Formats: sequence, C-alpha cells, structure tokens
Amino acid sequence: MTRRTPHTLYLFAVPALALYGGFFLLPAVQGLRYATTDWDGYSATFREVGAANLTDVVSNDDLFRHALTNNLKFLLVVVLGQTALALLLAVLLAARSRGSTLLRALFFLPTVLSSVSVAFIWKFVYDPNFGLANALLDAVGLDRFRSAYLGDEATAILWVAVAQIWFHAGQMMVVYIAGLHQIPEELYDAAKTDGAGRWQQFRHVTWPMVAPATALVVAYTTIQSFKAFDLILGLAGNPPRSSLDVLATRIYATFANSQLGYAAAESIVFMAAIALVTWLQNRAARLAHG
Amino acid sequence: MARRLVLAVYALLIIVPLVVIVGGSFKTTQDLFAAPFGLPTRPTLDNYVTVLSRQNLLRVLGNSVLVVAVSVPVTLLLGSLVAFAVARLPRWPSRILYAVFAVGLAVPAQAVMIPQYVQFDRLGLRDSLLGLMLVNVVVTLPVAVFILAGFLKTLPAELYEAAELDGAGPWAAYRRIAVPVSYPSLAATAIFLVVMHWNDLLYPLLFIDDPDKRTLPLALLDFQGEYLTEYPLLFTGVVVASLPMIVAYAFLQRHFVAGITAGAVKG
Repeated sequence: MTRRTPHTLYLFAVPALALYGGFFLLPAVQGLRYATTDWDGYSATFREVGAANLTDVVSNDDLFRHALTNNLKFLLVVVLGQTALALLLAVLLAARSRGSTLLRALFFLPTVLSSVSVAFIWKFVYDPNFGLANALLDAVGLDRFRSAYLGDEATAILWVAVAQIWFHAGQMMVVYIAGLHQIPEELYDAAKTDGAGRWQQFRHVTWPMVAPATALVVAYTTIQSFKAFDLILGLAGNPPRSSLDVLATRIYATFANSQLGYAAAESIVFMAAIALVTWLQNRAARLAHG
Repeated sequence: MARRLVLAVYALLIIVPLVVIVGGSFKTTQDLFAAPFGLPTRPTLDNYVTVLSRQNLLRVLGNSVLVVAVSVPVTLLLGSLVAFAVARLPRWPSRILYAVFAVGLAVPAQAVMIPQYVQFDRLGLRDSLLGLMLVNVVVTLPVAVFILAGFLKTLPAELYEAAELDGAGPWAAYRRIAVPVSYPSLAATAIFLVVMHWNDLLYPLLFIDDPDKRTLPLALLDFQGEYLTEYPLLFTGVVVASLPMIVAYAFLQRHFVAGITAGAVKG
C-alpha cells in the first residue's frame, strides 16, 4: 500500500527556504554581478568593468598572491600538525579511565573559546618583550632562541598556525577517539600473537583502521584552516597587518577600503580556490585509500 | 612513561596560558610583566571595573545573550521543519530540497558577505541586532538541516506511518513524533549554534557600527585598538567573554563535545 505524500509537507520547508533563498542564495548570485563593476559600495553610480577585476585578482595583484601564499603555508602546517597531534592525543587517551576523561575534557576546552579570546592569549604568548614564549626560553637557558614571532614577517603566519592548532586539535582528537573505538580488540590480540610491538601494532592495525577518521579530520581541517579569519584578524589587529594576510582577511581589507566590486571578485576566486582545494584533497584521499 | 610525559606537557600547554590570563585579569600591568606566572601580589578588581564601565560591557553581554537567545531557537525550528520534510518527502523532491541547503554548506561566508552587506544596508537591517539575528539564522540553517535531517532519515518510516494511520497529519507527526525523538540531535545542534553565534566575529564586524549594539567578540576586538598592550585589560575581556561558555561546558561537557563535533564534521 502506498499513500500519497500530503502536499502540506512541502509547506514545512517554506519559511526556511524564503529566508535562506532571500538572504543567502540571492545575495550569492548578486555577488557575481558586483564583481564585474568598480562599485565602492555607497556611490549611486559605478562603471561596468567586465572581467577586469577577475583578471587583476588572478594575474597582477601582489597582495592577493601574498595572501594566497600565506593561506597555503598556514594550511600545510595546520593540516599536518593538527592531524598528527590529534591522532597522538587520541591514541594516548582512547582507553577509558578517570584521568583520560579529565584530560580529554581539558584538551577540548580551547574549542569553546572565541577566536578573539584565543588571539589575545597567543598575542601575549608571542609578545617579544613580555611574552610567555620568550620568558620560557629564558627560564630554561635557551634564550638564544628568543624570537620576534608575529613581528617576523617571514615566519609570522607559521606562529598563527601554532595558535590555530592549540585552538582546534582537541576537537579533532575527539573525532579520532570515536574512530579508535570502532577498531575490534581482536585485531590487536592477533597482532600481539604475531609478536608485533607497539609501533608495529600502530603501523599495521591502528593507522589503516582509522583511515576514515583521518580522511574526515584532514577534510575538515583543510576547509577550516583555509577559511580562517577571526583568529588571524585578532592577532593581526584591525585593520589587519599585511604580513599575516590570508585570503579571508584580504577580502575584508579590500572591502573595508571601499573597493566593493574588487572585493566581490576576490571572493569569487576565494570560493574557486576552496572548491579546488576540496577537490584535490578528495582525490588524494581516494588515491591514498584505494 | 613517555605517554605520561606527552600528556603532561600538552596539559600544561593548555593550562598555563589560561591560568596566566585569569591571574592577569587581577593584576596591574607592571605586576603582570614582572611575574606573569606568579599570583597577583596585590589583587585588584580595577580591570573589571574599567572594562565593565568604560566599555559598557554589561550592555555588550546583554546583546550577545539576546542575539543567541533569538537566533538559536529560530534556526532550530526552521531547520527541523526542513529536516522533517527532507525525511518524509518522496525521493526526488527530498533530494532537491536537501541539495539546495547543501549549497550553503559549500559556499563560505566570505563569498556572500559583501552582497549581504549591501542587501541588509538597503533594507535598513544593517547596524541592528535584528539584522544580526537574521543573518545568523540564514548562515547556520544549512548545518542545522544537515545534522537534523541526517538523524531523521535514519528513523524507520513505520514510526510516522503508525501515527498517520491514526489520522494524524504531517504537523501532528512532526510535533508528536519527530520533535520528541530528535531531542538528542536538537540538543547537539543547539549547542553547536550557541557556541558558533556567541563567538562569531565576522558578521558583527561587518554589520554593527553602533558601539551600543556590539556583541562580545566585536567589543573584545575593539579593546585591542583601545588598550593595545594593556594585557590585564585584554585578559579581563577574555575572562568576561569566555566564562559563560566555560561554565556551561563544565556542566554539559558531553553535549558540548557531541554538538561541536557534529557541527564541525558536517559544517
């Protein structure tokens, strides 16, 4: 027996579709139009410039290119560092005990803070004169490694990546712990019977068995770090300092500088870049896991 | 042994900065720089008085509470209605409806924020808490739909059919069956949305000009401009902005982990 679906069911989606269509999908389409103009955002008039904005963004905008380079450095450090750290912590805390429950809660804690709060914490850690990082180096007699951290143009973005990892590693640890709990205990028993040591157990049982969790962690971390905005703005100050520029802050800066049309063109490239990164990473995951 | 060492080091990496921040909010600038790790020699509440009065932080706190208190229930209601439709509609209409919201998951806020800014400005919704609530609902609806539909789709159709045989329409099935059974999922989504809206900086930064309409993250960001390296004042702002979330996390830990992780994995 099949019953007809009541038409009233469609009405359930109407309020959400109206708001989401009107205030998300519609502006998303309008953005394409703004990108072909030199509009500043408030003047009554503007010129049509066609694809000029887009070609400028792609081919001769040094600030944009610098931001993109920073994005890629940040992405690489965060994805590698955060995935490795999250897996390490998960392996160490997967077994249930009072202590591990407490530590899991502690490691997850930074995730509930706001990006601006995390930015201030790390601003103080990195302060070249009064900061915790240099104070710690002094305390253990390693003061020759003192650094300017965020003040150092070439490496500033990498220190932001460290802050980002501190911020979200606990979140990804939880995903890994869920993955670890899916592994049947017998696999480890079998490996032990075969005389596998701890490292070999990890290499031949844990690592292949958490592949789906790894794919998830890498996918999410990739997107999250490519879109990072709040934390970087908090550390760079408003308006953002250019050594810390990534695409998201660059678009915001262009927009704040009343180049609305150009900023819209930058957003299109940004979106295309995210799509490309996601696609590449899906390809890589598929190749890696057959 | 190595296990304990690694865990202890990482625990310190989390705890030490937090202790320094909280301790620092009770110190003078000189005290903080002289001994960042030490207890405050002469603990002072001056920083709290300063940020609460000069920055009008109570007002800001109220704004944040209001924005979250309105945006989250509205998003949950609209999202769960869509999720119910997705779960109950025939295959193709369901897929299309779902795909429309999936677009919102793929498109980053930065790609839509500029035209949204223009649109909200024209409608007189910019620089208002109402506009902020509206944009919050709109940008998080896709995640809510994703989580809630994901849950409802796993339920057997018989559950609803039993109710419908008794003559109940979809509205009754939604209210009497779908909502009650999805409480855990709704709770997880709610927590994800609360954390997300409470901590959001992007939209307040774009939409709010009036200092009286700022939310906490925006007010915090303004501190930086105002106080630059007066860390005790910055730390005080961090404590005020974070304390409600940390207290809630202490009591609802498991829900927080479930909510943020579900949102993350799906968002």
